[in-house]
Amino acid sequence: MIALEKRPTPSRALSLSTPLIAVIITMIMGGLLFSVLGKNPIEAIRTIFWDPVFGEFAFYYRPQLLVKAAPLVLIAIGLSLGFKAGIWNIGAEGQYIMGAICGAAVGLAFYPTESRLIFPLMIIAGALGGWAWGMIPALLKVRFGTNEILVSLMLVYVADQLLASMSLGLLRNPEGMGFPGSRNFSDFPAGSSWINEAAGLHWGMAFAFIAVIFSYILLNRHILGFNIRLTGEAPRAARFAGVNPTRLILFCLGTSGALAGLAGFFEVTGPSGQINIDFASGYGFTAIIVAFLGRLHPVGILLAALLMALTYVGGDLAQGNLGLPSAAIQVFQGMLLFFLLALDLLTNYRVVLKSKGAA
Amino acid sequence: MDLSAINPVLLIASLMVAATPLLLAAIGELVVERAGVLNLGVEGMMIIGAIAGFAISVETTSPMLGLVAAMLAGAVLSLLFAFLTQFALANQVASGLALTLFGLGLSALMGQSYVGIKPPAMAKLDIPVLSDIPVLGPILFSHDPVLYLGIALTGAVYWFLKKSRGGLILRAVGESHDAAHALGYNVIRVRILAIMFGGACAGLGGAYISLIRVPQWTEGMTAGIGWIALALVVFASWKPWRVLLGAYLFGGINVLQLNLQAAGIAIPVEYLAMSPYLITILVLVIMSADKSGAPASLGRTFHASQ
Repeated sequence: MIALEKRPTPSRALSLSTPLIAVIITMIMGGLLFSVLGKNPIEAIRTIFWDPVFGEFAFYYRPQLLVKAAPLVLIAIGLSLGFKAGIWNIGAEGQYIMGAICGAAVGLAFYPTESRLIFPLMIIAGALGGWAWGMIPALLKVRFGTNEILVSLMLVYVADQLLASMSLGLLRNPEGMGFPGSRNFSDFPAGSSWINEAAGLHWGMAFAFIAVIFSYILLNRHILGFNIRLTGEAPRAARFAGVNPTRLILFCLGTSGALAGLAGFFEVTGPSGQINIDFASGYGFTAIIVAFLGRLHPVGILLAALLMALTYVGGDLAQGNLGLPSAAIQVFQGMLLFFLLALDLLTNYRVVLKSKGAA
Repeated sequence: MDLSAINPVLLIASLMVAATPLLLAAIGELVVERAGVLNLGVEGMMIIGAIAGFAISVETTSPMLGLVAAMLAGAVLSLLFAFLTQFALANQVASGLALTLFGLGLSALMGQSYVGIKPPAMAKLDIPVLSDIPVLGPILFSHDPVLYLGIALTGAVYWFLKKSRGGLILRAVGESHDAAHALGYNVIRVRILAIMFGGACAGLGGAYISLIRVPQWTEGMTAGIGWIALALVVFASWKPWRVLLGAYLFGGINVLQLNLQAAGIAIPVEYLAMSPYLITILVLVIMSADKSGAPASLGRTFHASQ
């Protein structure tokens, strides 16, 4: 009879290798899914995972990977802090939207002034917008004990409506001939997040790298990071050690909100270009998968975000070349999280064969 | 603005229709949570139910078969969650999220060829004589059978949890899985059955949206109703009749804001549309002070070795 035996300590080797195994199983199952959809599975997998990096037009797709990965890294780094401490912010999508709205609004207020001071101001506004949206569930949780999962998620729908209202009202381009959407930031160099558009580099990537480094230092070299990990792994011990849960909740939700806000801000002033109804693209939810796939570890998140970006870029490619529906990629990403969670079992438990009745 | 365009009789009648998907999903989740499991995948199971019910009823032209298929689809999807949390001992929050993300993707994929099709209509259950009563007739006695099923289900769940032996075992498992295990009850089996019941209810609720309330298929059409259902369980302090009350309250708010949109009130449409979500937050804040109704083992992983 198969039984599970808890390991004294989680297996390090398995903890590192399960994400890889999960990716491989997902590729196999994804291949099956694609063949059910009437596509050649090997060709589809090759188009998604190989062509954007090593294919004929890789020079075009490689910068695209960074463009897609940057917001995922920023959001997932923030989420990982909370997830480590058992604080579940699943409304990053809303914070992403609010960061974009606030940052863009400040920039558009200065249009068409050209000054070096505008962009830093916009960055601050974007981060503050996300931070404020993240602080709502945080404050409600510490003050009233409200469930942060539900509140942060409800706020996504609220932010979505605000986005629609902004792109049809306050922030609508006065010269846009009545079409919804704000001015395009490509016409406003002082407010654009591109460093070099031709090379596909924008400031969000720089900030994503900085976030990875800071989060690494925080978690490994700073008492706050230790407290976060302690609270997640042994809440009672954390209380005895004098960890202040209120401060931790405010810090984790605030930081993840600010980072998600930054991600939205860099997206709206760069790759996306304008505030519009369809600006929200689900990065806030995909980042949850990225955070888990990266084992809530900063470097892991960086790698996971690149992989997830690959599924986006490759998915687009497969949509164009093979007619693979875009929803198939979403299913693919969801499956990845399933297999990852299922395989986690092996990290913490050992599967043993027992003769019946011995226990 | 013309508020007189809002007909109170129709308003209350459509309130009951708007409340039913919420009620179905929330009553299912209530049973799951009373068994000590937090399944955040309600939204995913609902949308899978919505498309499965829609597809089957279009293919077979039978709305009844569609509803059955939706329940099956919701239950099958919930089995994935049951496997992850009960056998693979995965974190319930993460697994529930995975279920929702996966369900949203899968439903979009399944629904591609069903956009813009009208499903076969569900016959209303015009109860003879009673439905002819003025005012009360159209409000209470002239609806589709699923709406009455939702109310009956609430009563059944109340009876099951409060009066039956099975309900006692289920509550024991939810309050203290270690004690229930020590008494010889199969914690895992009870929980899996509860999760499947929750999945079937969520699936039925989803199909109610796509087949009866809207009736149409659009991507992501559940639009957070699954999440509001989760909030509703907290609102109801895990008590069945309060779920019914809460569902009608939320249904009322939703119908009212839609009516106000149609009546052309001065508030912009976007702000009216966000009101159900804001009110959900408000209600959560008010109800969170009292956590005494929450099952003690809610969200905790059970393994016999610990």
